[in-house]
Amino acid sequence: MVNLIATQWHPLLTGLLNTILCSIIALVGSMIIGTLFALLEISENRVLRVIGRIYVEVFRNIPLLVITMAFFLIIPMYIAKINGFTAGTIGLTLYTSAFIAETVRAGINSIEGGQLEGALSTGMTYHQAMRYIILPQAFRVVIPPLGNQFINLVKNSSVLAFVAGFDLMYQGNLIANDTLQTIPTYFIVGIMYLIITLPLSYYMRHLEKKLA
Amino acid sequence: MQNFIDAYSWINIRFLLQGLWVTIEISVASIVISFIVGTLLGIVRYEQIKYVSAIVGFIIDIIRNLPLLLIIFFTYFGLPNIGIKPEIIPAAIMAMSIFESAMVAEIVRSGINSIDKGQTEGALANGLTRWQALRIIVLPQAIKNMTPALVSQFISLVKDTSLATIIVLPELMYHAQIIYGQNTNYIIPMFVALAVLYFIVCYSLSLLADYLHRHLA
Amino acid sequence: MKKLWHILGLGALLAMTLLTLSACGKSVAKQDVLAQDEQSKQITWGVKSDTRLFGLENIRTGRLEGFEIDLAKAMTKKILGPNGKCVFVPVTSGTRVPLLKNGNIDAIMATMTITPERQKQVDFTHSYFDAGQSLLVKKDSPIKNINDLNHPGKVVLGVSGSNSVKNVAKYAPKARVLQLSDYAQAMTALKSKQGNALTTDNGILYGMAAENPGYEVVGGNFTKEPYGIAVNKNQDRFRNKLNWALKKVEEDGTYNRLLLKWFGNVKGFNYQEMKR
Repeated sequence: MVNLIATQWHPLLTGLLNTILCSIIALVGSMIIGTLFALLEISENRVLRVIGRIYVEVFRNIPLLVITMAFFLIIPMYIAKINGFTAGTIGLTLYTSAFIAETVRAGINSIEGGQLEGALSTGMTYHQAMRYIILPQAFRVVIPPLGNQFINLVKNSSVLAFVAGFDLMYQGNLIANDTLQTIPTYFIVGIMYLIITLPLSYYMRHLEKKLA
Repeated sequence: MQNFIDAYSWINIRFLLQGLWVTIEISVASIVISFIVGTLLGIVRYEQIKYVSAIVGFIIDIIRNLPLLLIIFFTYFGLPNIGIKPEIIPAAIMAMSIFESAMVAEIVRSGINSIDKGQTEGALANGLTRWQALRIIVLPQAIKNMTPALVSQFISLVKDTSLATIIVLPELMYHAQIIYGQNTNYIIPMFVALAVLYFIVCYSLSLLADYLHRHLA
Repeated sequence: MKKLWHILGLGALLAMTLLTLSACGKSVAKQDVLAQDEQSKQITWGVKSDTRLFGLENIRTGRLEGFEIDLAKAMTKKILGPNGKCVFVPVTSGTRVPLLKNGNIDAIMATMTITPERQKQVDFTHSYFDAGQSLLVKKDSPIKNINDLNHPGKVVLGVSGSNSVKNVAKYAPKARVLQLSDYAQAMTALKSKQGNALTTDNGILYGMAAENPGYEVVGGNFTKEPYGIAVNKNQDRFRNKLNWALKKVEEDGTYNRLLLKWFGNVKGFNYQEMKR
């Protein structure tokens, strides 16, 4: 195993960096898109609500692998040339955004209804009330679940391995196939994933306790 | 358009449905196993049994924080080293169950935690044993609280079975790949079919859960 | 702080258990595969399920079909007699060796090239098919041979775990290689223009070209890829028996009949050169 690390540290490290990069891009992207669709889902306009609902249900009920592979295989045929990393990151962003929309929506709903009315009665518009009163509070409520979404995101980024996204899992597969040292390779890859996810997970639990 | 008509020939549809059947089989088996094992592990973790809870908790945390793909590899390639040599479908069920049990255990733990401690104390004061208090007072409420989280976990499980294509599990995604691999004109029709089939299964699962939630509550 | 030590201690414990588990497991090598198979009257083969002409799942029947499948059946009959049964386990280039080492399968007949690196891990029979690596490109592609790919920015598609992706590093080191999990994915990716060419062994490429009229095999063979049947180390009795059976099917004409059946109509394939 020491030998494996000594000879393969470079691809492993590249993989780890790609995994982190892809996870961060997807997190930022899915936060923006997710919040947007959460707002659609609770809007007063029926049409917007339906659009928000459909988006969330579609991306929540289709496997990430199907979404990612579709981006990798179909988009380049008709629309634009995108590589595996990009296709994977887009797929991951859209998939996660549906979960974030649900989390944010639940967060907004958990804020007392009276607050919105209060804000409106002081002369704020709906838009202002959302922006200055409701969303800041909602975000505080949703920080722990969002943290868990980020952990899921890091784990789910392994789907890039299916589309040659050069992430940690892809590099792991190549090394395992190359050296035929399957279990030791995946053991090292596992440790590398845990280095990112385990501290995050403990921190989130700590935060949950503090906020509760 | 012609591609769609050709792609949805009865032979291809039947092949997809055979894959879907494997997906459903594996999902149902894994849901049942991981619900039972996960609940037990969640209770063990909550109960603070000396050493045992800490070890169980640590293993759960490790499994929860690894990508499912790795769990699949460890199960299929690693277990034979300790004398368990599962065939592909049992291997997939084992991998899914190991991963999902850990996820369920965490949901159960936080579900029980969310129930007011005073209730357990009250029950104990009334002469119930600790186990009775948990079983009769705490768990039923906790399960109700954690239903949404459990349901979305089980929906994830159904979706995640697609990852097992990597070990050539003959489920829905793999069968679709075999079809479009033999005729690349069928890529788009196959992805449409995949999206629709997975959506139907997962969405019915959440409708079923809603129904149960309303009628059992 | 005490809690931290607890966690670290548990982590070390777990790591050690896993290490021991991965270190042991040499038990498979000790069993005599041939004796077991003769007793159970069946041989379990690891074969391809996505590779036209060699091992492909028939959508209509759900059965595996191809040259390797037929050859495995013929050899099984030679070894175990007319009642001998074949069990086929579909494998990919990534899963076949772990499955063999774990004993899930007795032998691999899955377009596996005999290479010195692999011989460190598994034993091979004599070659049962002499392939050579080539390229599949779109018909109007400017790529005519492997040298055309040796430029920065060129992307070559291959299958992870196959020998052909390693050869690209040797023959076209400037090209970028994308490794996908199986041939279905690789062909689809070529069609999605994710790469300039798909590389693997000619026999497999002919199968793909036959199925996809807009694509052709170019550049001839730039390597020799003899396919061997892989068995676990220390299974010399089984390996010798397989070599014997291979020789038998070659001598009685079965081999040539199967070659003709699968490759007789394949454009670009030289039957006379390949027959034995």
